[in-house]
Amino acid sequence: MATFSTNEFKAGLKVMLDNDPCSIIENEFVKPGKGQAFSRVRIRNLKTGRVIERTFKSGESLEGADVVDVDMQYLYNDGEYRHFMQPDTFEQYQANDIIVGDAALWLKDQDSCTVTLWNDAPLAVTPINFVELKIIETDPGVRGDTSGGGGKPAKLETGAVVRVPLFVQTDEVIKVDTRTGEYISRVK
Amino acid sequence: MLRLRAQMIQQIRQFFLKKAVLEVETPLLSHAVGTDPQLAFFTTRYCATPIEQTLFLQTSPEFAMKRLLAAGSGSIFQICKAFRNGESGRFHNPEFTLLEWYRVGFNLPALMDEVAELINQLAVQCHQVLAATQRSSYSSVFKQYTGLDALRFDYDAYCRYALGQQCSEALTLCGEDHVLWLDFIFSHYIQPHLGENHLCMIYDYPACQSSLARIKPNNPLLAERVELFINGVELGNGYYELIDSKEQDKRFNDEIALRYQQKLPESIKDQRLIDALNAGLPECSGIAIGLDRLLMVLSDSRSIDDVLSFPTHRA
Repeated sequence: MATFSTNEFKAGLKVMLDNDPCSIIENEFVKPGKGQAFSRVRIRNLKTGRVIERTFKSGESLEGADVVDVDMQYLYNDGEYRHFMQPDTFEQYQANDIIVGDAALWLKDQDSCTVTLWNDAPLAVTPINFVELKIIETDPGVRGDTSGGGGKPAKLETGAVVRVPLFVQTDEVIKVDTRTGEYISRVK
Repeated sequence: MLRLRAQMIQQIRQFFLKKAVLEVETPLLSHAVGTDPQLAFFTTRYCATPIEQTLFLQTSPEFAMKRLLAAGSGSIFQICKAFRNGESGRFHNPEFTLLEWYRVGFNLPALMDEVAELINQLAVQCHQVLAATQRSSYSSVFKQYTGLDALRFDYDAYCRYALGQQCSEALTLCGEDHVLWLDFIFSHYIQPHLGENHLCMIYDYPACQSSLARIKPNNPLLAERVELFINGVELGNGYYELIDSKEQDKRFNDEIALRYQQKLPESIKDQRLIDALNAGLPECSGIAIGLDRLLMVLSDSRSIDDVLSFPTHRA
């Protein structure tokens, strides 16, 4: 794998740091007029999701990480692993709960999602931004309520719980923003 | 923004006109260049057959201006471009605009008074309200923000401080190099606090960071150097100028040796500057201010790209 020097550190670059794959968020060039140049880097550990700050001397380099984002179809959950498939090659991957993490709340069989692969093994799963899911349980609403204000919890088919307006009923399909977990609209 | 820049430059010229400081121009291309190991330069080929020569783009107009001073120019100022290779970021563009001036007969405190007068005047004209200018010594702000002694290198104490800041990489980064530790701690943990909505001038730099400043006659640990900050941004750097040609020659040689040791591009010392110092540089103080950064501060811009017509990557 290629190595990258501090002046190539750009947002989104994937590098190895302390043996973990990481993604660079921000790189600030710090240099006193007369003095040593540093790169102050904000970096996300892709395994743990934690963001740390690290300083490098200008010109230092890090090894690149073989990390790619691939669009895949979510197939099914066998109880221990969730299975994904690359639609063009039909290649299948499996990932445990730790790797899938909160994405599990939004994964419906056959839906597409993004799987981050590190050395060809799943590292993280990101659901698509908007998913359409069916409500399996919510309190009956009171007639005349509109979308403004208030709301009630609703349990979705994937197990996620979101706040919905009072007029939305069980068995209806709603659209949810997976980045915020917020209700967007009903789907007819 | 273009208008604001034009206005600022007009005001600077007016300021110096009133004080009878002469505006000068010196070459951007020169046969020699600064030897500072921390400054990377641009190298060009000059082809005028049969002569082929390497010329350098200046990293600052300092040497040429000092030659004018030695030739008896009196107090001078210049607004010009300077070039520093590889410097690019939110506060850096490899080509930038400097205001540099020298005051014959001024000591450093007198120059600092003039700097404060100029900056505050420019701020008023840009409708920025700056609070009162502050002056502190390097070691006092170092002590204030870190509790450490900047002048005496206590390796264990410096390490403990870095670990306390969750910055263990500092130990490998800086090793046992006092100068590196000072650069690291100052730029990371002190500079961001300096000059919150006012001009902050830091003076009495440690002698190991003297650059082209004179060492204080009554305290060999301190250099007569000043740096300017507003809102944590470094704006300028000034000296009570070194006039001892032997000392200058020695510093050149040390830096050239260091460049060789670090396998940096070779730089030749400017013998013409040494000769000028030999002929006699008058007692003077001088300072260089980055006008792009000053414009950033005066216009609340986030990035240097916002105040340039075309930053290098779009030039």
